[in-house]
Amino acid sequence: MVLNNIENLLEKYENGETSLQEEQQLKDYFSQDTVAPHLEMYKPMFTYFLINQQKQFTKQLPLKTKKRFNYKWLSVAAVAVLMVSVFITKPFSTGEPTFTDQEIIEINNAKEALAIMSKHLNQGTTQVGYLDAINKAGTQIDYLKEVINPMDRILKR
Amino acid sequence: MTPLEFLNIVSPFKDKVFRLAKRLLVSREEAEDATQEVLIKLWNNKTKIKDYKNVEAFSMTMTKNFCFDKLKSKQAQNLKIVHNNYQDHSVSLQKEVELNDSIDWVGKIMEALPEQQKMVIQLRDVEQYDFKEIAKMLDMNETAIRVALSRARKTIREKLTNTHNYGIK
Repeated sequence: MVLNNIENLLEKYENGETSLQEEQQLKDYFSQDTVAPHLEMYKPMFTYFLINQQKQFTKQLPLKTKKRFNYKWLSVAAVAVLMVSVFITKPFSTGEPTFTDQEIIEINNAKEALAIMSKHLNQGTTQVGYLDAINKAGTQIDYLKEVINPMDRILKR
Repeated sequence: MTPLEFLNIVSPFKDKVFRLAKRLLVSREEAEDATQEVLIKLWNNKTKIKDYKNVEAFSMTMTKNFCFDKLKSKQAQNLKIVHNNYQDHSVSLQKEVELNDSIDWVGKIMEALPEQQKMVIQLRDVEQYDFKEIAKMLDMNETAIRVALSRARKTIREKLTNTHNYGIK
């Protein structure tokens, strides 16, 4: 009786018409130790399905919670830094220097003092200019050598 | 969403994803990589998870597509790892002894099935999904699934009968 039922189920099974419950019945039947000899070739099939149900995925999953660094924001930051640096340096390069009255007076005093100093220095250099006369005399003295030369020629002859 | 919440959503079906990937890609390492890839894709789109009607079915479809892509690229590289030489009688004694283990045989027979039948029998007979869910995952209608399933089951039974009777008849 039971065997008859199983045979019917097997036929339905092969036509793809069994429900999940009926398939479970078949699996239960074929997981027994003793099976009708003429149905024995089904045993490995159902055993195989049962064994395969137990295989597990054991590999670890690397789940990153932190988002990857976004290089788009790096360029945004670079542009921001550039802009800021331009704004900071601009006033120094174009703006006129401003001085207080006190400072202007001091600058003028310094200018006057420097002018006086350079005037006196120039006077000094004109007086030193007389030294040129000595150099001139030196060169004139060289003519005396030519006087000596003819004397030598005469003596050698 | 924290990783823990995500794992709670994923853990009921991550083994199923892995087994489907293994069914299609054969190698365990490849299947592990594929599963990891699929789950990480899911994690990266975690903000959309709430919009999916059925995360499990969605993941299975993703796995199917991912494995197909893998298989395609493998064929392009000429590195097919499909074993379709069962009729080869010149196998060594060592191999014959191995294949006598009839449960391993079922695995080998299933490797030789067409991809679609592989998936259908995996989802139905191993994972015990109902036809509606399988139809959604594989984007097929239920009749086509029944036909594929019937063919796969018959092929397995026939090949098993042949080996079972080997040496008797």
